[in-house]
Amino acid sequence: MSQTSYAPGISAGRISADTILDNFADLHPPLTDHEALVAADRCYFCYDAPCVTACPTAIDIPLFIRQIATGTPESAAQTIFDQNILGGMCARVCPTETLCEQACVREKAEGKPILIGQLQRYATDRVMASGVHPYLRAPDTGKSVAVIGAGPAGLACAHRLAMHGHAVVIYDANKKAGGLNEFGIAAYKSTHSFAQDEIDWLLSIGGITIHTDRSLGRGLTLAQLQDDHDAVFLGIGLSGVNTLALDGDHAGLCNAVDWIASLRQSDDKTDIAVGRNVVVIGGGMTAVDAAVQSKLLGADTVTIAYRRGRENMSASMFELDLAASKGVRILYHVTPTSVDDGSITFTHSETGEEINLPADQIMRAIGQTLENAPETLAISGGKIKTDDHGRTSISGIWAGGDCATGGDDLTVTAVAEGRDAAEDIHASLMGKG
Amino acid sequence: MADLTTDFIGIKSPNPFWLASAPPTDKEYNVRRAFEAGWGGVVWKTLGEAGPPIVNVNGPRYGAIYGADRRLLGLNNIELITDRPLDINIEEITRVKKDFPDRAMIVSLMVPCEEGPWKDILRQIEDTGADGVELNFGCPHGMAERGMGSAVGQVPEYIEMVTAWVKKHSDFPCIVKLTPNINDIRYPARAAKAGGADAVSLINTINSITSVNLDTLTPEPTIDGWGAHGGYCGPAVKPIALNMVAEIARDQDTSDLPVSGIGGVTTWRDAVEFLALGAGNVQVCTAAMTYGFKIVQEMISGLNQYMDEKGIASVSDIVGQAVPKAKDWQDLNLNYVTKAEINQDLCIKCGRCYISCEDTSHQAIAVSEDRVFTVKDQDCVACNLCVNVCPVEGCITMRQLPLGATDERTGKKVEEYGNWTTHPNNTAANCS
Repeated sequence: MSQTSYAPGISAGRISADTILDNFADLHPPLTDHEALVAADRCYFCYDAPCVTACPTAIDIPLFIRQIATGTPESAAQTIFDQNILGGMCARVCPTETLCEQACVREKAEGKPILIGQLQRYATDRVMASGVHPYLRAPDTGKSVAVIGAGPAGLACAHRLAMHGHAVVIYDANKKAGGLNEFGIAAYKSTHSFAQDEIDWLLSIGGITIHTDRSLGRGLTLAQLQDDHDAVFLGIGLSGVNTLALDGDHAGLCNAVDWIASLRQSDDKTDIAVGRNVVVIGGGMTAVDAAVQSKLLGADTVTIAYRRGRENMSASMFELDLAASKGVRILYHVTPTSVDDGSITFTHSETGEEINLPADQIMRAIGQTLENAPETLAISGGKIKTDDHGRTSISGIWAGGDCATGGDDLTVTAVAEGRDAAEDIHASLMGKG
Repeated sequence: MADLTTDFIGIKSPNPFWLASAPPTDKEYNVRRAFEAGWGGVVWKTLGEAGPPIVNVNGPRYGAIYGADRRLLGLNNIELITDRPLDINIEEITRVKKDFPDRAMIVSLMVPCEEGPWKDILRQIEDTGADGVELNFGCPHGMAERGMGSAVGQVPEYIEMVTAWVKKHSDFPCIVKLTPNINDIRYPARAAKAGGADAVSLINTINSITSVNLDTLTPEPTIDGWGAHGGYCGPAVKPIALNMVAEIARDQDTSDLPVSGIGGVTTWRDAVEFLALGAGNVQVCTAAMTYGFKIVQEMISGLNQYMDEKGIASVSDIVGQAVPKAKDWQDLNLNYVTKAEINQDLCIKCGRCYISCEDTSHQAIAVSEDRVFTVKDQDCVACNLCVNVCPVEGCITMRQLPLGATDERTGKKVEEYGNWTTHPNNTAANCS
């Protein structure tokens, strides 16, 4: 008998390759032309629109939707990219249900917001598919900026700097650029090679060089970077993982981010091993992504175990509904205490009860931490301290994205911070800052 | 149940909803389907004189404009009168009328502007059993270039002359269909009456170019690279039609002239509006062409419910009810003061009231930091734009200031009725 969801232990190929392919198809298939026009027609073109206020990159949403409605999706894409050069990825991964679409007045009016995220994808996909890059690099300024980390913050920063005519050198610790776009996003949100395609498209502005497999502490020092460049931007993310002290040993214990990264690098996912009984510890997006994708790979039971209540969970209602629809169970108020071969034991913080769950695979998703940050930089709350312009405590060094203080740990927030830091770097280098 | 039957110039029909002379009424098959669906009457698509049939274009005959979600708001056509042989139309009219004796069957006519052809066509249709004739003096395209249709309707003397011929050569009740492509609708209406018309119907379609193709830069509908103006109809023309119907109802020369209301009637509500402004019944085309004949069921049920709720026994009791209230601007009460009021419970905070007032009106709406929109009574002139642009029905309303209350904008107390004719700023009034 072939492998099934009920096969014990941790194994790949629990379900057929075809089913896996279906399961990991686009969560929201692209809108057709007709669907896009119908969706766009619902927009009220609000004054000082709440959706724009809710967008960390402040994309002029009513304008781009009107541009779609009037048959100019290319202009719509330009409106989006002007504010957010990774508008294509953000259209896929933004928790729109807690940002623009939550703020949409038609959410208030009818409980059905405009499909802002999907319309954004409609416009950006069209331009990116055409191969056109709608920005030109300004004449070379002779200035050079080092960007550490090729994630959303670093890429957004690099593009904006390149637009202003600076030479940008990006260093990334991984073998591929992209950061969480490449290694972290749930596979059904960014399908195929979109993350890499987007980077290629972004780099086509010119003036940006990427060196992979290089990071601070691994061949790079801040002092050397400062010597070699006119400015430095740190977008190094949170590469450390919080650990969890548990009694006992368990062979199937792993970090959710590592498991997700390997899944993201797999072409057809048939080689990704998953437990029959999976327990994910945590309450954020990473926990949901790990749990849902475990289920999509054919795990028999998947449980998210969170130590506090629903109200404290950072995962959105939409994400939790998605998890529930895939058959993921969520336990609240449970703290893991010990593991044993094939099981994990929790204590319920409200009742004091002990709960024992079968667990072939246990994924930790209890948050990431800053790692390899230069010791000379001021740190606040576990992050590199930055001001409103992304400036760190050291002159000439900026930071943004998950590694820096300010804003939520979201792709779109990282893009905004990278972009804004680039503007400040530009002003500073050109003597206007 | 209210009584929906109507008696329009002696022509009885089970309800006031007729199909206008147009493509939906071009042949037996369509008209049977219409009567089976419940339409009270039909004006058969315009017949021309015997001889070689009319020729139509073989490219697109229609162009359209749309509202949100591709709702058809206006339709333009360049189709001519019936392109089927006269004898076949006559056979079919006779047959259908025989099978639907309770429905109104009107035959629309358009022949050259000479007495002979009119006499001939009237003789040819006299045995069809039809209940009346409608003279097509409205069609603005194609036929007008040949001296028919709106070419007649634009010259009151011709209207009177042809109408008189029709009355002279037949006993058919005669409806004269008017073109809106004139300066003052009262002149053709008066001419029709002078010629002996039993009623007028209006409006026929409006000269129009619906759009220009931006790739080929040709007017739509485009026939092999060229376009010609067509006749515009549908919901977009209703306000124009309502005004023209009211003009005739208000004119002392024609106030007793029955009117069949046409122009963008899409729902029972539109129909009641036409009736209230003096129409004895309504004719429908675009709505049927958009949704099919079944829409008459909503028109019938809606009118029924409305009449029951208002305690109106008969359709004729609605006719003309709004006419005494349709006045000239100079009659309006300049001492009537209202202020916009925003219902905060209904407001969805889109801000359209604010930006329209701020950018294009009187800066009379304030917005707070937490996005609460309120009316500034001291600036509000009660223009109603905020009401018009608000996407939520009933969210913004106009509140009347009572007599004696102070208008914060002017500092003056609300007074009794007073209009322009007696206003101190009216120098003409002071002269008298």
